[in-house]
Amino acid sequence: MTETDVLTRKDILKEERMQRDSTRIFGFWVYLMTDCVLFAGLFAVYAVLHNNTFGGPSAKSLFSLHLVLTETLILLTSSFICGLGIVAAHHHNKRLTIVAFLLTMMLGLAFVGLEFGDFYHLASIGDSWRRSAFLSAYFTLVGTHGLHICVGLLWMAVMMFRLLKGKLTQSNIRRLTMLGLFWHFLDVVWIFIFTIVYLMGAVRA
Amino acid sequence: MKKKTRFIIAVTIVLVLLGALILYLSKINIPVLEPKGPIALKERNLIYFALALSLVVVIPVFLLLGIFAWKYRESNTKAKYSPELDHNGATEALWWVIPGILIAILSVVAWNSSHTLDPYRAIASTTPKIKIQVIALDWKWLFIYPAQGIAAVNFFEIPINTPVEFELTSDAPMNSFWIPQLGGQIYAMPGMNTRLNLMATSLGRYNGWSANISGKDFSYMTFVADSVKHSTFNKWINMSKRSHYHLTSDSYATLSAPGTAKVHVYSKVLPGIFYATIDKYMSPNNTSAVVGSNYTPARANVSKGGMQ
Amino acid sequence: MKGFGVNLLGKLHLSSIQTKDLTTLGAAISILMGGLLVVILLSYTHRWKWLWREWLTTVDPKRLGVMYIIVAVLMLIRGGMDALMMRAQQATSVGSSHGVLSSSTFQQVFSAHGTIMIFFAAMGLMFGLFNLMIPLLIGTRDVAFPFLNATSFWLFCAGMVLVNMSLGIGEFSAAGWLAYPPLSELKYSPGVGVDYWIWSLQIAGIGSLMSGINFLVTILRKRCKGMTLMRMPMFVWSSLGASVLIIFAFPILTVTLFLLYLDRTLGMHFFTAGGGGNAMMYVNLIWAWGHPEVYILILPAFGVFSEVVATFSRKRLFGYRSMVWAIWAIVLLSFTVWLHHFFTMGAGADVNGFFGIMTMVIAVPTGVKVFNWLFTMYRGRIKFASPMLWFMGFIVLFTIGGVAGVVMAIPPADFQIHNSLFLVAHFHTMIVSGVLFGYFAGITYWFPKVFGFRLNEKLGKYAFYCWTIGFVLAFVPLYILGLMGATRRLDHYSSSLGWRPLFIVAGIGAVIIALGVVIQLIQLVYSILNRHEYRDVTGDPWNGRTLEWSVPSPAPSYNFAVLPEVRSRDPFWESKKAKVIHVPKKYIDVSMPKNTSSGIVIAVFALMFGFAAVWHIWILAAIGLLGLIIAIIYRLSDDNTEFILSAEKLARQDRVSDLAKEYVR
Repeated sequence: MTETDVLTRKDILKEERMQRDSTRIFGFWVYLMTDCVLFAGLFAVYAVLHNNTFGGPSAKSLFSLHLVLTETLILLTSSFICGLGIVAAHHHNKRLTIVAFLLTMMLGLAFVGLEFGDFYHLASIGDSWRRSAFLSAYFTLVGTHGLHICVGLLWMAVMMFRLLKGKLTQSNIRRLTMLGLFWHFLDVVWIFIFTIVYLMGAVRA
Repeated sequence: MKKKTRFIIAVTIVLVLLGALILYLSKINIPVLEPKGPIALKERNLIYFALALSLVVVIPVFLLLGIFAWKYRESNTKAKYSPELDHNGATEALWWVIPGILIAILSVVAWNSSHTLDPYRAIASTTPKIKIQVIALDWKWLFIYPAQGIAAVNFFEIPINTPVEFELTSDAPMNSFWIPQLGGQIYAMPGMNTRLNLMATSLGRYNGWSANISGKDFSYMTFVADSVKHSTFNKWINMSKRSHYHLTSDSYATLSAPGTAKVHVYSKVLPGIFYATIDKYMSPNNTSAVVGSNYTPARANVSKGGMQ
Repeated sequence: MKGFGVNLLGKLHLSSIQTKDLTTLGAAISILMGGLLVVILLSYTHRWKWLWREWLTTVDPKRLGVMYIIVAVLMLIRGGMDALMMRAQQATSVGSSHGVLSSSTFQQVFSAHGTIMIFFAAMGLMFGLFNLMIPLLIGTRDVAFPFLNATSFWLFCAGMVLVNMSLGIGEFSAAGWLAYPPLSELKYSPGVGVDYWIWSLQIAGIGSLMSGINFLVTILRKRCKGMTLMRMPMFVWSSLGASVLIIFAFPILTVTLFLLYLDRTLGMHFFTAGGGGNAMMYVNLIWAWGHPEVYILILPAFGVFSEVVATFSRKRLFGYRSMVWAIWAIVLLSFTVWLHHFFTMGAGADVNGFFGIMTMVIAVPTGVKVFNWLFTMYRGRIKFASPMLWFMGFIVLFTIGGVAGVVMAIPPADFQIHNSLFLVAHFHTMIVSGVLFGYFAGITYWFPKVFGFRLNEKLGKYAFYCWTIGFVLAFVPLYILGLMGATRRLDHYSSSLGWRPLFIVAGIGAVIIALGVVIQLIQLVYSILNRHEYRDVTGDPWNGRTLEWSVPSPAPSYNFAVLPEVRSRDPFWESKKAKVIHVPKKYIDVSMPKNTSSGIVIAVFALMFGFAAVWHIWILAAIGLLGLIIAIIYRLSDDNTEFILSAEKLARQDRVSDLAKEYVR
C-alpha cells in the first residue's frame, strides 16, 4: 500500500523556498500595516495635542522649514538610491547593490544626525518634551520615526556585513527587498510628518 | 424514568429559586428602579422598554433551544434527521431582518433619548433653577452654591420640584458623580467642566457615589443629597451662611489634601474658586492653589469631554 | 557621590521585596514553592534535557499550543484566587469591619484580576487553540512563521512572569485593569505598580501582535489544495477575523502604553492633569483597542461553538454564508463602538447617540449567529457530550448578557448603570459564558487529537454544572446590586444599604465556580491516569467532520504525511459518507523547521528589559536591549533553520492507511 516515490530533494526544496519567500514578503507587508496603525495612533495623538502648548512655544515659532526641507530631501534621495540598490540586487549585481546601500546608509545617518541635532537644540533652549503636551507629542511622533530609521540603518549594516562576507543569495535578495519596503515605508511616514507637523504647523496662525 | 424524575426535580428547584428571588426583589430597596425625579424616571423607563423589546428575541431563543435539544436528542430516533440541511434563504433572512427591525426601533429611541436626556440639557420648569458647582477631591465631594456663597462637603440640600444644574470638575483623578434615585452619572475630570441637570420630585434623603476609582479611599467617597421643602432649604442656606468655616484659599488647600472628610458647611466662599480650580490645570500661570476674587469665570475652559 | 549603588539599582531597594502584606506574601511564597516543586521533580526524574529539547526550544505549534494552555490555566487559577479574595472582601467589609484585605491590596487584586484574566488567561487559551488547531484545520503542517510563533509564546510568558513578579518585588497597579490617567500618572500612583502593568502588557501585547500577523498569513497563504475561503471551517474564519482585529487594534495598545510610560518616566504630558495633557484621549485610545479586544477573544470562541454544534448535531453547520458575513460585520463594527464605554464623559448627545446606535447594530450579526447555531441543531441527532453542554450553557447565559448589553447601549439608560456592578455582571456574563465556555468546549473537543486520549466525560459534565450554577449565583446578585447603586471596585460599604446578603450569595457562587475548576483539574489528572482506557485509536472520537480528524491521534508533529486535498466544507465527513478514504500513494520529502532556543532567549532579554524599565535600572535595561538586538540579528542571520524529514521515514510512520481500513470496513 505504501509505495514511496522519492522526487529529487532539490526540486521540492526549491519550490518550497520560493513559496516561503513570497509568504515572508507578504507577512512583512502585514507587519508594515501594523506599523501604519501605530503611526496613525501617534498622528491622532499629535492632532489632538498640537494646540496644547500650555504657555510654551507653538509649532510655528519653533520649527525651521529650511532644516526640515533638507531632511526631507536627504530622506527622499536615500529612498531613491535604496530603490536602485534593490534593482541591482534583483539583477545580481552585488557591487552596485553594496554601493547603493552604503550611500543610503550615509544619507540615513545624515538624516538622523540632523534630527538629533534639532532635538538637542530644542532641549537646550528649554523646549524639551517636558514643556507641554504639544512638545511631548512632537518629540514622540518624530522620535518614533527617527527610531525606525535607526532600526533600518542597523538592518542595513547587518546586510552589508552579510554581503561583504557572502554571496548575493536568494535569501539575501529577499531580505534586501523587505529592507527596501521598510525604507520606503518610512519615507511615506516622513512625508506625512513633513506635511502635518511642519507645513501645517508653519501655515497655522 | 429516572431521567425524567431528575429533570422534574431540577425544574422544581429552578422555579422555587426564581420564586424566592422575585419575593426577595419585591422586599428590598432598588434605587435605580425607584426613581424620585423626572430624569431617573425616564432613565428607568428606558431600561424597562429595552428589556421588554429584547424579550421578542430572547423568548424564541430559549424556546427553540429547549425544543430542539429535547426533540432532536440522539436517543429520539423517531425525529426527522436531515444531515445535509445547511441553509434556507427565507429563514436566514428572517433573523437578519427581525432583529434588524428591533434594533432600528431601539436606535430611534436611543437617538431621541440621548437628546432629551442629555445631561447638559436644562429641565423645563416654572421654578427657577439653582446652580451647584461640584468639585471632586481626594476623597470627598465639595458642593458650592455660587449664588448663595456657601459650600458643603459630602452633603447638599436641594428644594423639591426645582431644577438643579450641576457643574462638575475634579481637583483629583477622574471621578463619576452618581445619585441613583435622581438620575445618571457624569464624569468629573481635572481641567474639565461637565454638566448635569437633575430634579427631585419627592422629599427624602438620597445616596450619592463616586462611580469611578480615584485612589485609596475612593470607597468612602459617598455623599447624601437631601430633597427638602423650599422653606427648609432657605432656612438651611441662612444657617450655613453663619458657618464658622470659611472657604478660602487656605481652607481649600487643607480640604483638598488627600484624605476623607466629615460632612460640614462653609460660608463666605471665595468667588470664582470653581473656575480657578479648572483653570489651574489649563494654563501654566496659576499652578498655585486658588486665584483671588477678581477672577472672571468667563475665561475658564468650558469644554465637553469625549471625542476631541 | 550619594549612593552610586542606589542609582545602579534604580528605584529597587531591599525594602521593595514584599514582606508586609500577608496575602501577597502568601501568594508569592506559594508561587515560589510551586516553582521549586517543579524544579525538584524535573531534577529527580532527570527531565531537564527532555524539557529543553522537546518543549522549551520547540517550534511545533501543537506543543506551543499545549504550553499556552498550561500557562493560561495557571493564570486562570491565579485570577480566580484574586476573584475569591474580592468576593471575600466584599462579603466581610461592611459597616465597622474593614474586611480581610487592606484597601491598597484590594485595589491591586482587582487590577491584577482583570489584567491577568484578559491578557494571560483568555488570550492564552485563545492562542493555545489557534496553535493547536489552525494548521490541522486548514490541512498544513505548520504556521507561516514557526520561529516567530515560538517567540510570541515566550514573550507572552515574559509578560506573565513580570505580572507575577510584582507579587514579591514591589507592588502591582492599583488603578484598575485599564489604568485610567490621571490616577495612573506618577502624581497619583508614584509606585512601580503601574509600570509593572505597562510592561507586562507591552511585552505580552507585542507577542500577541506578532501572533496576529502570523495566523493571518498562515490562514491566507497556507491552506491545502482545494480549500477555498468558502470551504474553511468556521473556527478558521473566526480566527481570521480575530487576527485582523489584532493587527488593527494591538498597535493602538502599544502606542497607548508607550505614551503612558513616557508620561511617567520622562515627564511628558500626554495624559497628565495639567501641562496640556488630555486624559480623555487615553480613555479613547485604550478603548479603541479595548473594544475590538473583546471581539478578538469572543470570535474564536464563536468558531469553536460552530464546530462543536455541527459535530454533535451530526449535521452540516446551518447558514455558513451568513455566519461568514456576520463575522466580518462584527469585525468592522467593533471599531465603531468604543465610546459606549464612556457615555458618561459628556461627549454630547449626537456623539452618544451615534455610538449607542452602532453598539446596537453589532447585536444583529451576533443574533444571526445564535439563530444559525440553533438551526444547526434542528433536525439533527444531538449528542449531549460535554462540549455540547458548554454550548447550551453559553446560549442561555450569553443571551441574558446580550440583553443587558442592549439596555446599556442606550446612552441615558447607561448613565444609571455605568461603572456599577450591573456592568461588571454584564461583561462577566459575556466573557465567562462566551469566551471561557467556548474555550473549555474547544479544549475538551480537541483534547484527544492533541494527546491521543479523551477526558473523562462524567467529571467534565460535573464541572460544567458547577460553573453554570456557580456563575448564576455569583453574578445575578451583582446585576441586582448594580441597580441598588453598588459601584464597582468598592472595598467597603455601609451596612444600612442592605447589600451584604447579595454579596454573600455572590461569594458562594464564586466558591462553586472554584469547585468547578477543582473538578476540571481532577478530570485532567484522572484522565491522564486512566489514559489507556480513554485512548482514541480511531483518530476520530466524536464522529467529526473536518480535516483534523482524518489524521491519527495524537497528531504527528508533521500533521499530514501527505498534504490533503479537499472538495467540500466537511471533507472528512464527506469521505466517510462515501466510504472513500484517500490513502497516500506516494510520499515526498518534507522540510520542517528546526527547534531553536532563540525564542526563549529573546524573551529572557525582553523580560530583563521590562523589569529594568519598571525599576529604572538603566544599566540592566541597556543590557537587555542589547541582548535582544543581538539575539534577533543572530537568529535572523541563520540560513540553516530547517531539516529534511525523508519520504521513507514518513511512509514508515504514517498510520493513515491503518485508520482508513477501519472506516471503510
